[in-house]
Amino acid sequence: MIALLTRDLRLALRAGGGFGLGLAFFLILAVLVPLGVGPEPATLAVIAPGILWVGALLACLLSLDRIFALDYEDGSLDLLATAPVPLEAVVSIKALAHWLTTGLPLVLISPVLGLLLFLPAEAYLWLILSLVLGTPALSVIGTFGAALTVGLKRGGLLMSLLVLPLYIPTLVFGAEVVSRGAQGLAVNTPLALLAGITTGAVALLPFASALVLRINLR
Amino acid sequence: MTLRVSDLAVARGGVPILEGVSFALDVGQALVLRGPNGSGKTTLLRSVAGLQPALAGTISAPPDSIAYAAHADGIKGTLSVRENLEFWAAIYGKAGIEPALEQMNLRALADRAAQNLSAGQKRRLGLARLLVSGRPVWVLDEPTVSLDAESVALFGEVVRTHLGHGGCALVATHIDLGLPEADIFDLAPFKARLPDLGAGGFDEAFL
Repeated sequence: MIALLTRDLRLALRAGGGFGLGLAFFLILAVLVPLGVGPEPATLAVIAPGILWVGALLACLLSLDRIFALDYEDGSLDLLATAPVPLEAVVSIKALAHWLTTGLPLVLISPVLGLLLFLPAEAYLWLILSLVLGTPALSVIGTFGAALTVGLKRGGLLMSLLVLPLYIPTLVFGAEVVSRGAQGLAVNTPLALLAGITTGAVALLPFASALVLRINLR
Repeated sequence: MTLRVSDLAVARGGVPILEGVSFALDVGQALVLRGPNGSGKTTLLRSVAGLQPALAGTISAPPDSIAYAAHADGIKGTLSVRENLEFWAAIYGKAGIEPALEQMNLRALADRAAQNLSAGQKRRLGLARLLVSGRPVWVLDEPTVSLDAESVALFGEVVRTHLGHGGCALVATHIDLGLPEADIFDLAPFKARLPDLGAGGFDEAFL
């Protein structure tokens, strides 16, 4: 298990591994929005929570098809499926590796981008908290989407179409936490729903992903 | 460890291609599968390895006793030979990759990135994974592709050593591995008949 995690992290960090791709995309998006919308702090402050969450979501989407496609192409996935580790655990570890290389860096850089978008000071805590709670769901749901499309040539686009609708609840409640936090309103309800979606996804989806992987490997 | 396959039927893409396949492998035995391209060798091997369900029949060996080696080697180009092998050793819960490096003549290449290996060297690395798996039943699909004569002989020796240690091997190959004691098993008699289309003939199949 640990070996699989360290291998995936190592592969992501080495040349061509795609680490930083999502991060760079997130950064560029947050820089482009003020250029398109205009530099008024008042306008930007209102849309900042939504922009940051949509950006995080799209940045996550970028690296999803790498989760299984590379292992499928070089035969590793066949071998992992016959190895003495449960496929459910393989799927969970891969989702964790994806979160560590994509979700976590997004969380860490988000306050800087909040600054670029004039996010109100009281919202920073909620921005970080909502991303910490929400991005694992993005990785786990994305892993499920990647498992569904693993055998397809250039299945990346289809995967985006499958995954994006499933991201909606996380996006809605995540952005709601931040915008309520910015206005100084109570955030308990969206925060609890966000955490609920993540825990539910983490608990259930690895089983579904492992099942569709087995079918796709036939 | 023995492998007993009885009355196995397999399909590829929903079309039955083999039926009634039965054979037995005892400890120390190797069986060489023969058959023209498309005769179902790979499908049969994938079913035996537990990667795809059989239509009918039984396979006596549990999937966790079988080490499967396919056309793709499962090698990561950006990792070194040693890192690739250590990963698989860890996955199979085995320690020590040195014997495998030694037997497959990979020691000199151990610290080279796998993407810089030649096709034959990559193949040797892929086959070295069998040795770190510690599993008794080897299911090999064209293991000698892109190997030179010397490496084929080396691998034949590795298989013989494995058989000598109580393992067995099921190999699909067109060339001689240098295993005179291995039986040849021809798949041609087991070709599945097409399902009877009934009185309506061909047209009905499209209705």
